[in-house]
Amino acid sequence: MKISWKEYQKDIADDHYYYARSCIRQNFFPGSEAAFLHILGNDLGRDILDDARHTSCTGIGYHSDIVPLDTIMTVVARQFALMTEAGYENFVSSCITSFGIYSEALEMWHEFPEQEEKAHEYLYKATGREFKKPKNLAHTSDIIFHHRHQIAAQAKHKLINVQTGEPLKVVDHIGCHYAKIFPKVGVGGSEFPYVLSGMVEAWGGECIDYPERRHCCGFGFRNYLVQANRGCPVANSKKKLESMAPYKPDFIVANCPGCTMFLDRWQYAISEMEGTLYGQDGHGIPVLTYEEMAGLVLGYDPWDLGMQLHQVAVEPLLDKMGIEYDPGAKYLGKNGKFIGKPEDSLIGCYTK
Amino acid sequence: MTSWGYSISRPRSIDIDRNDMSYSKELLREYPELQTCIACGNCTAACTAANFTSFSLRKVHTLVRRGEYQGMAEELEKCMLCGKCRLACPRGINTRQIVLTIKKHLANRSR
Ligand code: SF4
Ligand code: SF4
Ligand code: SF4
Repeated sequence: MKISWKEYQKDIADDHYYYARSCIRQNFFPGSEAAFLHILGNDLGRDILDDARHTSCTGIGYHSDIVPLDTIMTVVARQFALMTEAGYENFVSSCITSFGIYSEALEMWHEFPEQEEKAHEYLYKATGREFKKPKNLAHTSDIIFHHRHQIAAQAKHKLINVQTGEPLKVVDHIGCHYAKIFPKVGVGGSEFPYVLSGMVEAWGGECIDYPERRHCCGFGFRNYLVQANRGCPVANSKKKLESMAPYKPDFIVANCPGCTMFLDRWQYAISEMEGTLYGQDGHGIPVLTYEEMAGLVLGYDPWDLGMQLHQVAVEPLLDKMGIEYDPGAKYLGKNGKFIGKPEDSLIGCYTK
Repeated sequence: MTSWGYSISRPRSIDIDRNDMSYSKELLREYPELQTCIACGNCTAACTAANFTSFSLRKVHTLVRRGEYQGMAEELEKCMLCGKCRLACPRGINTRQIVLTIKKHLANRSR
């Protein structure tokens, strides 16, 4: 068998994007989507439409067997119709789950054209809308990956420890629905995840290839919806954290809203349940979205990026990167009002 | 104390690096023929005890060889030492003797 790297590449549109937000990211990491739009629009000068009319992709309901296939297919068709009406052809999804759903719909319609006919019919009957399939479907991390060298050229900070001059050691996690469902839609496929490590390399860091790198974070959907079942999801994250800890990563960068949330929040749960901390010097391992990582590289204020909403404090990482920040402003919202401070815990809030 | 409503599930994977392999090695020293086992499960298929319970000799000796001893002595209590498994084994392994040996050693371990 001949393996060609060409098979692991992906076409990513260069400009004019229709942006589909994620329902859960806006709650978990609300600063990241705003940062993405800002980076694309202001730093890279790209045209991107943030459309208030689109809805959740309903993927969580679909994967939990609550939303039937015909329904989610029609929801997808509606998102594509909004893109078509706005005159765009490049669809960008801000969520790995949605990205998997859109990829699945396109693949299904390709294999079973009668399903696509149905989607057109359902959508027309329900809303009177018509849609065209996107020319290019990308995940938001694909877009950042595509522009990684432009971002590097504008970098204010590198992924380098300013105290030692060494590259920061980074764990990347691309998430199952990015490339495990349809490997051809992911940069590097599912075997050679490169979408995040490509950014890390371009910005001066070093990726860690640890044993459980490709393991699932445990998010699933039906896995964690019922509280009593959450022992399984947390065990998955724990397996990953245990496997990466000996390599002393400076931070984790994750691709998917669920993975970012789990790898961050479970560190708190595990520390409270078992007293284990996986980072150095009594800290956890900070978990970043790729927009937060790009934002820090471009010199954005960490609190503007929403990093005060992380469970694991990010200050040790900011110090390593030599980023200045105002500790007093951490819990002040956009309007300067106090937004509340988490209770003290083992993983704690970082105080110097 | 926070009530979580769940606890962290223990992994079911077998980590040979962490397991105590001393007894497993001893068993194979005593019965090197067990190394020729192909895990076909004929011993379990022929077993009378397995017919009526969830007992599986193949599972027991495979786990013991991997250093997973917990609960194995209790499992082997289900064996009636009839020896049918020995007749069924395509590798001619003295499985009945293996049952006896594992029982003896695991009993010593727990003492
Ligand atoms: S380990 Fe998981 S992904 Fe790999 S072959 Fe087995 S079931 Fe499939
Ligand atoms: S000797 Fe024990 S294990 Fe073998 S067939 Fe008889 S009852 Fe089953
Ligand atoms: S019958 Fe023999 S070869 Fe097959 S599993 Fe049992 S001991 Fe192993």
